[in-house]
Amino acid sequence: MSAPDSTHAVPVAPRPGDPDITAELVDEHGLSPKEYERIQRIMGREPTFTELGVFSAMWSEHCGYKNSKRLLSTLPTKAPWVIQGPGENAGVIDIGDGYALAFKIESHNHPSAVEPYQGAATGVGGILRDIFTMGARPIAVLDSLRFGDLDSGRVRYLFSGVVEGIGDYGNCVGIPNIGGEVQFDRGYEGNPIVNAMCLGLMKKEELITAVAEGAGRPLMAVGARTGRDGIHGATFASEELSEDSDESSRPQVQVGDPFTEKLLLEASLELIASGAISAIQDMGAAGITSSASEMAGRGGSGVDLEMADVPVREPGMTPYEILLSESQERMLVVAEEGREDEVHRILEKWELEAAVIGQVTDHGRFRILENGEVVADIPALPLTEGCPTYERPGEESEEVRGLREMDLSEHLIPRGDLVKSFLLVLGSPNVASKRWIHDQYDTTVRTSTVVPPGGDAGVVRIRGTRRAVAATTDCNGRYVYLEPGTGARAAVAEAARNLVCTGALPTAITNNLNFGNPLKPHIYHQFRESILGMKEACQVFETPVTGGNVSFYNETDGRAIYPTPVIGMVGVVEDVDHITPQGFQEPDHRIVLLGENTAELGGSEYLYVTADLVAGPPPRVDLLAERDLQRAVLSMVHKGLLASAHDCSEGGLACCLAESALKGVEGGLGISVRLEDALPPVAVLFGEAQGRIVVSCAPDDERAVLEVAESHGVPARSIGTVRDADHRFSVTLPDATLEVPLARLSETYEGALPALMDSPTPSSD
Amino acid sequence: MKVAVVTFPGSNCDYDLYKAVQQVGGDPTFVWHRERGLEGYDAVMLPGGFSYGDYLRGGAIARLSPVMEDVVAYARSGRPVLGVCNGFQILCEAGLLPGALVRNDSLKFRSFPVRLRVERTDTLFTEGYEEGQILRIPIAHGEGNYEADEATLRRLEDEGRIVFRYVDASGEATDEANPNGSWHNIAGIVNEGGNVLGMMPHPERAVEELLGSTDGLALFRAMARALSPAAP
Repeated sequence: MSAPDSTHAVPVAPRPGDPDITAELVDEHGLSPKEYERIQRIMGREPTFTELGVFSAMWSEHCGYKNSKRLLSTLPTKAPWVIQGPGENAGVIDIGDGYALAFKIESHNHPSAVEPYQGAATGVGGILRDIFTMGARPIAVLDSLRFGDLDSGRVRYLFSGVVEGIGDYGNCVGIPNIGGEVQFDRGYEGNPIVNAMCLGLMKKEELITAVAEGAGRPLMAVGARTGRDGIHGATFASEELSEDSDESSRPQVQVGDPFTEKLLLEASLELIASGAISAIQDMGAAGITSSASEMAGRGGSGVDLEMADVPVREPGMTPYEILLSESQERMLVVAEEGREDEVHRILEKWELEAAVIGQVTDHGRFRILENGEVVADIPALPLTEGCPTYERPGEESEEVRGLREMDLSEHLIPRGDLVKSFLLVLGSPNVASKRWIHDQYDTTVRTSTVVPPGGDAGVVRIRGTRRAVAATTDCNGRYVYLEPGTGARAAVAEAARNLVCTGALPTAITNNLNFGNPLKPHIYHQFRESILGMKEACQVFETPVTGGNVSFYNETDGRAIYPTPVIGMVGVVEDVDHITPQGFQEPDHRIVLLGENTAELGGSEYLYVTADLVAGPPPRVDLLAERDLQRAVLSMVHKGLLASAHDCSEGGLACCLAESALKGVEGGLGISVRLEDALPPVAVLFGEAQGRIVVSCAPDDERAVLEVAESHGVPARSIGTVRDADHRFSVTLPDATLEVPLARLSETYEGALPALMDSPTPSSD
Repeated sequence: MKVAVVTFPGSNCDYDLYKAVQQVGGDPTFVWHRERGLEGYDAVMLPGGFSYGDYLRGGAIARLSPVMEDVVAYARSGRPVLGVCNGFQILCEAGLLPGALVRNDSLKFRSFPVRLRVERTDTLFTEGYEEGQILRIPIAHGEGNYEADEATLRRLEDEGRIVFRYVDASGEATDEANPNGSWHNIAGIVNEGGNVLGMMPHPERAVEELLGSTDGLALFRAMARALSPAAP
C-alpha cells in the first residue's frame, strides 16, 4: 500500500502513566507483529497506548472482518429491490407500497457464554439499535440459539438465562418476538450461540445512513453515559474461550437497560424525523471508536473528539477507556450546525442526555483530544479500511471425513418398536414444541403479528396495506459440520422453504456466520465451503445478502462448535389473504406430499437420539428442484388452493405430519396417511431428505394442487386425509404402521421441554 | 368519544390502544405524562408497557408522574378510566383500585391467549358482552398476580366488582386456567363506582380476525356507544 497522506498529522505525546508499547502489549491487543508494522507505516511513527487500543478494536476480527472479508465479498449483494446492501448498520429492501424494510442479524455468543442473561439481553439491544439508526421502527425480533444437551445443569442454566434475557429486553422495549430456532447438541456444549435478528419498517424516504459529512457539523453523544463496562469487548469476542473465561471475562460483558433503550428508540426516531441530525450510529462493538471512525470513513472526512466532553459514569476515565467502552444504549449523532438545541430538547423530553463531544472535519483524521491536548491522531480511512485481510489455508479434518463416510445401513433397520422411536424423535428438544421459550416472549405487542413463533416463519402485517413481511432463521449445524457446502445450501433452501410455506416470496438474506478459530485449517475449510455453498444457493433463490455478522473463535479449550452459518431470511407477502397456516384445518381435507422421499439418514435427529451419532452425508440439496418446488407452492398459495403448508425438516416426514396434526384447529386433528415408498420405513419416516413440503387442501382442490405441481415439474402425490380430533394419528407403510392417539402425541410434543426445564433430574455437574 | 391515551416513559402498548380506539370510531390523543389537563376527554386510558422499566415495582414510579394527579381527579369525578396491564398496575399503585399486582407465581413472563369469563355486564365497559361469556384475549406480563387481603377480596366478591376471571374451556375458574397465580382467578376489577376498570389481559390485542381474535372489540364498542355524543 502507498504511504498514507500525513499532511494533517499533528505531534502526539504519550500520556503520563501510559504503559510502554512492547511486543507483549501488542500481542495482548490481539495484533500480530506484521499488523503492528503496518500500523507503524500508517502512522509514520510509533503509536501511543491510546492509538494502539483504537487500532486493536478496529482491526479485531469483530470490527475488521480480517479473516472473512475476502470470501464475503463473493456473496451476491445486489437486486433491484435492495436499497442498502452490506456496510451500513443494517440492510434495507423495498417491500412495495412505499415501504422499506431494514433487517439484520448479530451474534452475542461470547458474552452469553460467560453471563447468559446480560449477554443475550444486550444482544437484543444492539440489534434493535442497528435497525432504528436506519430510521426504521423495529417491528419484530427473532433469535437463533444453539446450546449443548439439556441433561447438563450448566447448559440448562445458560439456556434459561439466555431466554430470560432475550425476553426481558424485547418485552420491555415492546417489540414482538416472532420466531427463530434453537438446536441442542453436544457440539455446542461450551459455546452457546445467541444470534438476534431484528426487522424494522419505514417509509422509503425516511431512510438515514451513518455517514459523517460536512466539516463543522457537531458530533453529539446521545443516550446513556459512558462507563467502564465492556472495554475491549470487540477484542474479547475475537478470542477463544478457556475454562477460566467464566470469571475473568465478566467485566467485558456489558449490562443492558431496556428502559433506556425504549427511550432512546423513541428519541432517535423523533430526532431523525425532525431533520436536526444528518447521521446517527449506534456505539456498539468498540463504542465511540468504531462509530466515529466508521462514520468518518464512509464520508471520507475526519473527526475531532474531546474526551473531557463525553458524559461519563465515573470520574478518572482515561481516553483509552472512554474510546473502548462498550456501555450500552448510546448513540453518536451528527447534528446540523446550529440545531444542537433542538437535539437537546428532544432528548430532554425523553429524559435522556446529549452532549456535543466533537465535530466533523475535512482533515481526514480520527483525532482524539483530552482537555485540548491531542492524545491520538490516526488517518481515518486506513483505520476503517486498512485492516489487513487474509485468505487462510483450508483443509478438511480427517475426523469429519471419517464420520461422513461412515456406513449407516445398520441404522436403517428399526431398533425395536417404531412408535417408540417416533416418540423419542418427536420428544427430542430439537423437534418438540418450543412453547416453553415462546411463552416468555411478548409475541403480540404492536398488534400486527399474524403468525407468532412456532410457525414455519413469523409473519407481521404492514398496517395500511394488504402486505405482510415474513422472516425466519435457519441452519442445521450438523449438516454443515458433516459437509459444509451442502449444509450451507440446505440452510438457505430451508429458510426459503419456510417463507414459502407461510405464503411469502423469499426476498433477501442477512447471515450470521458462527465458526471456530479461522487460523485452524479445518475451520477455515468449513468457512470457505460454507460461503461458496451459500453463494450458489443465494443466486438460485435470488436472495441477495444485505449484511450480517461474523463470529469466529467459538471454541472452548480448543474444541470448536459445529460450523453454523445462520441464514436470516425475509420475504414479502403480497396480500394477507395468502398467509397460510402450518396446521391442518378441516377433517376430510387431503394431504399432499410435494417432493420426494429418499433413503438418506445422514445428520438426522433420528441418528442423534437413537444412536447418539452425528454422521453420514447430510441430505443432498438440489437447488433447482428446490426452486421449482417453492414456485409451485407459491403458485398454489396465490390460487387460494392450500389450507396448510409445512416444511419437512428435522425429525423427517413423521414429525412434519405430527406437527401439522397437532397444530390443527382447536387443539389438533387426526390423520390417516398411507406411504407406498419402496424404501426402508426408518428413512421414509425419519430421514431428512430436502425439498419436501406437506400441504393440505379441500377435496375439491386436490386435482388442481397436483396439476400445479406437475406443471412445475414437482413430484406430488396424495398421501392421506385429515380426520377429526377423535381420530388417531395413523401412518401406514408397506411393512409398518405408526398408530398413536393424538393426546399421547401432544403429551410428548408439548411436554418435552417443560419436563427437562421445570423438573429436571439432578445432574452431575 | 375523545380518549386520552396517557403515555409514560416506557409505555409500549400506547399505540395499540390508540389504534383500537380509532377502530371503533373514537378520537384518541396521546397525552405525555408531564402534560396536565384531562377535562376535555370522554375517557382516559392507561396503556400497558414497562413505565420506568418496572424498576422498583410495576407502576410504582409512574403513579408519581404529574399527569396522575389529573387521572385521580378524573376518576374520582366518576368519569371512565381504563387501565390495561401496566395501566392496571398504575391504577392500583395510585390507589384508584384496591390490591396489588405482584410477580407471576411461575416467576416467568407469560405471554399467550387466555380465556376470560365475563362476570358483569352492567358496567360501561362490559355492556357489549353476555354474562358468563368466555373470551379469548392475550396476556403478556411478568407481574400480573393479583393480590389483596381477605377483607378486600371478600368485598370485591360481595360487591360484584370482579369483572373478568381466568377460566378453562368449560368456563371453570381452575388453577390450571390461572396463568399467574391471581387470587380468585382475578383478571380484571372495577372500583366502587364502576367507572374505573383495571385488567391484565390486553383487549386491544383482540380486535381483528387476522390477528386471531375479536373478543376485545365489544369492550371498546361499548365505551364508544356510551361516550359518543351522537352515537349511531
